[in-house]
Amino acid sequence: MTSDNAALTSSADTDSAPAATERFSPLHQAHVEAGASFTDFAGWQMPVRYSSDLAEHHAVRTGAGIFDLSHMAEIVVVGPDAGAFLDYALAGKLSVIELLQAKYSLILNRAGGIIDDIVVYRTAEEEFLVVANAGNRFQAVEALSARAARFDVTVTDRSDAVALIAVQGPNSRAILEATAGLTVDGDLAALKYYRALGGTFQSASVLIARTGYTGEDGFELYVDVPDALALWNALFVAGEVHGLVPAGLASRDTLRLEAGMPLYGHELSTSTYPAQAGLGRVVNLAKEVDFIGREASEEGPSAEARVLVGLASAGKRAGRADYAIFRSADATVADGVITSGALSPTLGHPIAMAYVAPGLARLGTEVFIDVRGTRIPATVTALPFYQRQK
Amino acid sequence: MADKTELQYTAEHEWVLVDGDTVTVGITAYAADKLGDVVFVELPAVGSDVAGGSVVGEIESTKSVGELFAPVTGTVAETNDAVVDSPELVNSDPFGAGWLIKVTYAELPPLLSYAEYSALVGE
Repeated sequence: MTSDNAALTSSADTDSAPAATERFSPLHQAHVEAGASFTDFAGWQMPVRYSSDLAEHHAVRTGAGIFDLSHMAEIVVVGPDAGAFLDYALAGKLSVIELLQAKYSLILNRAGGIIDDIVVYRTAEEEFLVVANAGNRFQAVEALSARAARFDVTVTDRSDAVALIAVQGPNSRAILEATAGLTVDGDLAALKYYRALGGTFQSASVLIARTGYTGEDGFELYVDVPDALALWNALFVAGEVHGLVPAGLASRDTLRLEAGMPLYGHELSTSTYPAQAGLGRVVNLAKEVDFIGREASEEGPSAEARVLVGLASAGKRAGRADYAIFRSADATVADGVITSGALSPTLGHPIAMAYVAPGLARLGTEVFIDVRGTRIPATVTALPFYQRQK
Repeated sequence: MADKTELQYTAEHEWVLVDGDTVTVGITAYAADKLGDVVFVELPAVGSDVAGGSVVGEIESTKSVGELFAPVTGTVAETNDAVVDSPELVNSDPFGAGWLIKVTYAELPPLLSYAEYSALVGE
């Protein structure tokens, strides 16, 4: 995301002219017309907020928000060996997921570190859609392509052709059901979390998944670029009576942080083991086949390796990414570091995710965050910080 | 709300209203917009001496932290308690109810005119 510790003087610089390599979403003009402020995200100019990131955050918790996620990467894997290939290339066992089921997974390197965290959909018996982070698009494509060599499978990067729109919040189903031109091949009300349905918008194919990155009920809609703007506009019109607001990446970040969801580049990296990040369950060591990163995962991180925890504190001053964690008010050597932190808009107090020494990871442990020279007490807290009422 | 064309400015995106031997200081709408929703403001103690150009407070949004610089050398005469209680005033009325501190000073440093500041931020 944007820099977390920018002085006014430097934060103003983020408005400088886009570099020649800047990418624009197919929905860019709609964002301009909606008054969005933009930020660079992995080379893309994406909406950071439209008016107020707090209002957008609260709208998703209480009504609905619509996000443009067209910067994310879509990689299609097709062929008779597609399932077996993914079992080898990824940490999870994807061959067994059902048609139109989604699964969160990881692309590991041989050392057991995380190249990317992804969501995989089975779109046909021999076809899967891998959705990767924008910033890891080429690393993900390269890793998958290299690992495909001995399988009868084709890996195609369709990122430039596919747009992604998320509608998130308690009113999201009502909005999709009211969207003119959107036909779903099935019943949205009966659609389970991490399941998808096919459909059409006007004449274009749409994949509608009950997935998201906000901790609320919601949907993600994949559609080819030429039809994306019309779909966005139709969702927008349908959402008007349901409190739908356009929401930017700033609110997306606070929403996912409250929901305890990791963000690549903050909680996850090529030098992070899944087990450190609380993602040990995503690595399927019971899988009967070899997979990239298996050997290192079986060995696991060292006993001293830091582990990801949630931190909650009182007051209003939030610890932010890269702030050091100390075991006491006067300790001189840091025992951890924050990877994401903010004043929680929903809870009203500061929350953070941090990597700490294993001895500090027990729930209820008191630690201290160095907030720009002041040590602020914080308590190790269970993740997620926020869970919606079901 | 002050007439922003009559105010003076700093390169740190603060506005300065000069009234006799006291200046009122806030951050500009441009800066407030760049920060996003302000959720916490820390201001210096009334009566404290501040050096021009030094950091005397913080303005935190959900996304980032901005520093408040003293535009003049002097003594803090008053701080805006309303903005401490309701930090969103910085966004909703940056040139008015969202003012931050008043400082009495002996000497006024060079400041930017509205036209100069507008040129600086490209608006």
